[in-house]
Amino acid sequence: MLEFAINFLAATIRTATPLLIASLGLVFSERAGIVNIGTEGIMLSGALLGCIGSLMFTSSLMGAIFAAAGGALLGLVFAFFTVTLRSSQVVVGFSMNIFAMGLTVTLNRLILNGVRVTAYPSFAIPGLSRIPLAGNALFNWPLLVYFALLMVPVSWFVLYRTNTGLKVRAVGDHPKACDTVGINVFKIRYGTIVFSGIMSGLAGSFISMGQLSLFVENMVAGGGFMALAVVVFGNYSPGSVLAASLLFGASDALKFRLLMTPAGIYYQFMNMLPYVITIMALCFFARKSNKPAFSAVPYRKD
Amino acid sequence: MSEYVLEMKKVTKTFGSVVANKDVDLSVKKGEIHALLGENGAGKSTLMNCLYGMFDSYEGEVYFDGQLVRIADSKHAIALGIGMVHQHFMLIPVLSVIENVVLGMKENKEVLDLKAAAREFTALGQKYNMEIDPWVKVEQLSVGQQQRLEILKALYRKAKLLILDEPTAVLTPGEIDSLFEMMHQLTDEGHTVIFISHKLGEIMKICDRCTVLRLGEVAACVKISDVKDHQQLASLMVGRDVALETTTKPVELRGKRLEVESLCVNNDRGIAAVKDMSFDVHGGEILGICGVDGNGQSELIGCITGLRQAASGKVVINGTDALGLNPGKILALGVSHIPEDRHKYGMIGPMTLDENLILVSYKQENYSSRGFLNWKWIAQHGKEIIKNFSVKTPGIKELAKNLSGGNQQKLVVGRELDRTPDLLIAVHPSRGLDIGATKYIQGQIVEQRDRGAAVLLVSTELDELIELSDRILVVFDGKIMGIVERASATREVLGPLMAGVHE
Amino acid sequence: MSGRAKHYLGSISFPVLSILGALILGGIIITAMGYDAAFAYRNLWGGAFGNMHAFSETLIQTTPLLFTAVSYSIAYKCGLINLGAEGQLHMGAMFGAFVGARFAFLPGGLHIVFVLLCGFAGGALWGFIVGALRMRFGASELITTIMLNYVALELLSFAVTNQPFRDMTPGAAPRMNVVIESVRLPILLPQTRLHLGLFFALLAIVVYYIFMWKTTKGYEMRVAGLNPNAGRYAGMNIGTNGVLAITLAGGVAGLGGIVNVIGLQPFLTEGFSNNFGFSGIAVALLGGCHPIGILVSGIFFGALNAGGIRMQLMAQVPAAAIMIIQGMIIVFAVSRELFIYFGLAGKSIFKRSQKAGGARDA
Repeated sequence: MLEFAINFLAATIRTATPLLIASLGLVFSERAGIVNIGTEGIMLSGALLGCIGSLMFTSSLMGAIFAAAGGALLGLVFAFFTVTLRSSQVVVGFSMNIFAMGLTVTLNRLILNGVRVTAYPSFAIPGLSRIPLAGNALFNWPLLVYFALLMVPVSWFVLYRTNTGLKVRAVGDHPKACDTVGINVFKIRYGTIVFSGIMSGLAGSFISMGQLSLFVENMVAGGGFMALAVVVFGNYSPGSVLAASLLFGASDALKFRLLMTPAGIYYQFMNMLPYVITIMALCFFARKSNKPAFSAVPYRKD
Repeated sequence: MSEYVLEMKKVTKTFGSVVANKDVDLSVKKGEIHALLGENGAGKSTLMNCLYGMFDSYEGEVYFDGQLVRIADSKHAIALGIGMVHQHFMLIPVLSVIENVVLGMKENKEVLDLKAAAREFTALGQKYNMEIDPWVKVEQLSVGQQQRLEILKALYRKAKLLILDEPTAVLTPGEIDSLFEMMHQLTDEGHTVIFISHKLGEIMKICDRCTVLRLGEVAACVKISDVKDHQQLASLMVGRDVALETTTKPVELRGKRLEVESLCVNNDRGIAAVKDMSFDVHGGEILGICGVDGNGQSELIGCITGLRQAASGKVVINGTDALGLNPGKILALGVSHIPEDRHKYGMIGPMTLDENLILVSYKQENYSSRGFLNWKWIAQHGKEIIKNFSVKTPGIKELAKNLSGGNQQKLVVGRELDRTPDLLIAVHPSRGLDIGATKYIQGQIVEQRDRGAAVLLVSTELDELIELSDRILVVFDGKIMGIVERASATREVLGPLMAGVHE
Repeated sequence: MSGRAKHYLGSISFPVLSILGALILGGIIITAMGYDAAFAYRNLWGGAFGNMHAFSETLIQTTPLLFTAVSYSIAYKCGLINLGAEGQLHMGAMFGAFVGARFAFLPGGLHIVFVLLCGFAGGALWGFIVGALRMRFGASELITTIMLNYVALELLSFAVTNQPFRDMTPGAAPRMNVVIESVRLPILLPQTRLHLGLFFALLAIVVYYIFMWKTTKGYEMRVAGLNPNAGRYAGMNIGTNGVLAITLAGGVAGLGGIVNVIGLQPFLTEGFSNNFGFSGIAVALLGGCHPIGILVSGIFFGALNAGGIRMQLMAQVPAAAIMIIQGMIIVFAVSRELFIYFGLAGKSIFKRSQKAGGARDA
């Protein structure tokens, strides 16, 4: 029983990590008034680019850099279309998903074709990882896992205690007012989108290089949309987003645990679990209060 | 150093092919209160937004403190010492007062020290006798407090020149007096104030000089001490003599059209906004509802028209108990509703005029049968309405958003009056319109009264209410402070009631 | 030139520019990947319009796209973003296929009608769930539609492998029960696979036009989509209109699913949809949700799909590369200001729109 619990917890952390990384990035862009459903596509691209970088340089660090750079670039494209040209965020995000789907499949067949690449290595926490039974399962992770957990308080501090965070929170709620006090609304939005792109790219690379060590077509499987749901569920705050990610991670972990037990439950219904839980979470928390007033509305200066 | 703190020379601002300001000259002396007078749409706000750097470009020259400056963004304007209090407050409701105060200041350190800022802010508030708790969220402040916060915010940024855009529109007469006091205190200290308004009385009362804008150009620049009376300023503003009074026929009451009894309504946040109101409106009279914005008027009208649930009470329209009916059923009782915000409720900008004209009646006979719309008849009938209510448009297939504000309002009014209502509910019918359109729409409303309709008129413009209403009901904080007959309805009587003071 | 003619010219020139821009950029990307772009495009064209057979394949691909594009447009006109056509299409196909394999005692024509109705119902159910969750809980349809897509795909995966839905013919691949011959749609053009479904798709566009622009219900939906507050003021029930719109949208997508099954093959397998749900959204966006626009861009996207297969075969460029181009077409199509930004198209049109929007508060 104890072993099951430990394994379950470990699996939860593993599946929650990419969600957490992506949704911490999204907290900033959402607060600034941006709804980027292209997150799915950015994560997918991150997953692929991470593998390519890792393969080319046989270095997982280069993989991470590739994934982050790709995410930043796609974020920049998204920002150009939605902030500068004021196109619909939903449509641009949607087409970015299609674009990324096409691009990753094509590049995968061209370059990777299921090749195994250098995965993210694990780093054991000295001392804690020696704890019998639990130590190795719970305190021996790739760096990105520690990074994700560290980013929770960091994001909180930046958002609520710094000048930049104040601007981000203000821009989504009343861009015009920000303009009158001399804040460059476009700059803030560009910044948060690119940051969120980097985070989504890294999150994607964790899916391909943290859990496996290869790229599979469409492997993000809705993770980007779940990250968006996590942000709503976590009420646009880093702390609650951590809790929400863990809950979603747990539902995914539960799926794998149940698949391994001969309980006679059809696996397709297990596969549905995270999606159904996402819908339910949205239903019960959609009316919460921190949603910015000018969410998804382009800003026009004149 | 010159005696002028600000000189604008030949400033021109165009939007596409629309000229909002043309060759405007404006000189403001150090330490004066300078009025910028003009009708809605005369270009006052545009001119000030140019000065405050809200637009990317303008033509002409601006001298500030004798230096030629080119203000490209508000950051630059703030650095020069220009502060602006916009008509629609530029505050972020979900942030705290102090967060709003420091937001965007270039002096901010990356890690914010809000406590130090709050101390400084409180001291500033004490100096001007308007303290605000720095830690509450702005959404919890009253409108008057928000305005004070806006002024303090500008002073906190060391503004030397303060622009106040229509600051009195949201205040009671008492609050207006204390605002004026503060403006004098500021000028005594060497600050300069630009006061934007279209209210002649206020300008006569506190300003030193006045620049009048008409259709985007300077019509005159006068010393207030040289001005004879209101009429002279009014003529300058409109460009012709204006009849400031309209004559009305004596009241000829018909039956009760609307009865409101012990009505209580909550606002969106679940707080009581209308508290135990009771009144009647008869056919053939105009009942004005007078009060500063946000004292329960929106909730009251929302409830009568079925857009909002009542907490308790009774509403009877034309003898039918109307409480809890949906808006469609209420309109079907012979009610027409000119809504408070035509862009938000009254029209659909991206639809054509004929599509807009059927908004309320599309299910009725002639308009449609068996669920199919009769576009041919609709277009014909629409053309009649457009002609009868003199809506200026290239055609019935024009999109509503392409009309000017006045014509949009005429469209809405035309649609509503075409239904010959028994009860007309008109909310801020002339808000944002020039004098011509205002007079036209007011005339139409009086005509409905003379025809025998009951009219419920909600407005924040005291002059409009006094001129049109047969009785005026004053609301404050969701309660009826009193109902004043036409004969005794004066500013002096209404003012204290609006502020919640019984004689 | 009259204002109206200018307007039409504007509304055509932007989509055309979008397509050209995307094809050029796509060509650059394909070349960068080391393929022969010119050869690939020649085959793309040949596979789509090269001969009668190729064109019939294009129209076969077009058929479900028209349904899903109409689906997106119905919801869009009512102010909802339906990203769930893929799932609705799957549900429609499943419901229809289940009925198609049974009720054989019904006369042929009636059986087809019954199958189509069930296809509609399956998609409508999937749409209704979205609408109900939105109205009751305020759950954003952006995410619920996507999530329900995944659920529908899993359901089909279950149905093709488990009783009582699975085809139990010995040796059969995982697929749903055989749709019996009597419900198969007649072929329109001999020697090709082009089936009567195309006619149904055109009918769906016509009905969409009549419903949205000629009926009171359609008017209500458009008001709800453009200004829900005005709708409420006039006494319309915005919530139920939304639920109805997305239910109808789901139904139309479901029809697309079952029509594609009974038009082409007598059974339902996983992966029967060539991304029709998502491509349909692209069709609607490029066509501006306008009936004629949907038809034209539907044929265009059908051609991309059909030609993509030949492109993969002859030039070895993965058919997925088509999606790269699709993605770019949509972005460009909704970003008119892009062309102004880079000075490619008439500045006068931009000025006109600025005049309309800019001077309001002056």
